[in-house]
Amino acid sequence: MSSVAVIDYGMGNLHSIAKALQHATPDVDVQILSDPELILKADRVVFPGVGAMRDCMEALNQTGLTEVIKASAKTKPFLGICLGMQALLTDSEENDTIPALNILPGHVVHFPEALKDAEGNSLKIPHMGWNQVHYAQHPLWDKIPQDSRFYFVHSYYAVPDDNAIIAATTDYPDTFACALAQDNVFAVQFHPEKSQAVGLQLLNNFLHWNGQV
Amino acid sequence: MSLAKRIIPCLDVANGRVVKGVQFVDIRDAGDPVEVARRYDREGADEITFLDITATHDNRDTMAHVVEQVASEVFIPLTVGGGIKTLEDIRRMLNAGADKVGINSAAVFNPEFVREAAQRFGSQCIVVAIDAKKVSQVGEPERWEIFTHGGRKATGIDAIEWAKKMVNYGAGEILLTSMDRDGTREGFDLSLTRTISESVSVPVIASGGVGNLEHLAEGVIQGKADAVLAASIFHFAEYSIQEAKAHMASRGIEMRL
Repeated sequence: MSSVAVIDYGMGNLHSIAKALQHATPDVDVQILSDPELILKADRVVFPGVGAMRDCMEALNQTGLTEVIKASAKTKPFLGICLGMQALLTDSEENDTIPALNILPGHVVHFPEALKDAEGNSLKIPHMGWNQVHYAQHPLWDKIPQDSRFYFVHSYYAVPDDNAIIAATTDYPDTFACALAQDNVFAVQFHPEKSQAVGLQLLNNFLHWNGQV
Repeated sequence: MSLAKRIIPCLDVANGRVVKGVQFVDIRDAGDPVEVARRYDREGADEITFLDITATHDNRDTMAHVVEQVASEVFIPLTVGGGIKTLEDIRRMLNAGADKVGINSAAVFNPEFVREAAQRFGSQCIVVAIDAKKVSQVGEPERWEIFTHGGRKATGIDAIEWAKKMVNYGAGEILLTSMDRDGTREGFDLSLTRTISESVSVPVIASGGVGNLEHLAEGVIQGKADAVLAASIFHFAEYSIQEAKAHMASRGIEMRL
């Protein structure tokens, strides 16, 4: 049976993601782990997270998991979710500038203030709810209809240096990258574990992915 | 392409059962919360809210258990409200599988609690529930105040100022209930909903008074709500969530169908 490590670094509740992974693929061994050695032994790694980037980076540095994440992201199928996606970029403009893991070169920025839609209605921050995801070809989108709606909740988003790593985009109201893919690393801004059938399909695809594009 | 408006069925839970009564009187049994949540998920609910209407210690254990069961098979956002008073209450519900918690009276008695909760768990999981009632007379400019104890106790706090303050303190979303309309089936207080929604930067969920599907559409179109919450019209299978979404979509509202 293949195994997947959900990295536990004290940021938020990991039960939802663990339950969703187990539900998506019953014959996989889902482990919530903070021990670096055990994480390195797992076949796949999920890096979740909610909250603020500063707390996230502090928690990673305190738990000594930074190096494990960097090592895993080089060697095995790796999925970053929400803050776990943002932390993979070079830095975030949250609290002025917070350096991040620099696995995916680029920056994390806040939605502009006073957003308006085409009809002139104010758009709320955080971007919260079900929005459409327009993807480029990648094994993780297998069996997911183009422009499906996934559940989002965030105020910051990733701007990669190289547009070639954008795996999907969403409009709010301007187009932003909601998924990034680079070699064996895949990262999403939305919450697949809260996105019902399409989210479970994406998790199932990840749990069957060999890390090749 | 744009963000969909959300339909959120609300389950009022007492002693482990879904109940529905008008102003807490004439309470009718509406089923097992796990089964009801499962049905709403199948029908396409965008989120589910559980409201502990007794908020007793025993009921809180029951509620955590319900959330745990639902969270292991329903993969959409879950919110739990009613009797959330301490950081420990929040942690417990999040650990049980809730994604957000609703804070109501505890925010009125101690606004700092909202700030602490947002700092500890993140704004994305803090929903401040506001129960508002119109206090202006006919002919005067409209004014609403915050009420506690199921709408019986006035606080003298202005609803608009309160909503803005709660957002400053870290609320990630506002659940706005009109105590004048709650249980009446006459539709949302659209003026209240619009006023609050246009006063704050975070999403506003309209609640209180839904009696038919057009009321849901009005909440978004005229009330400018980001999401609409209803309980009784869904519980007794009067309308399904699909019918509600189809109706809203037919009125030009972006929905997840």
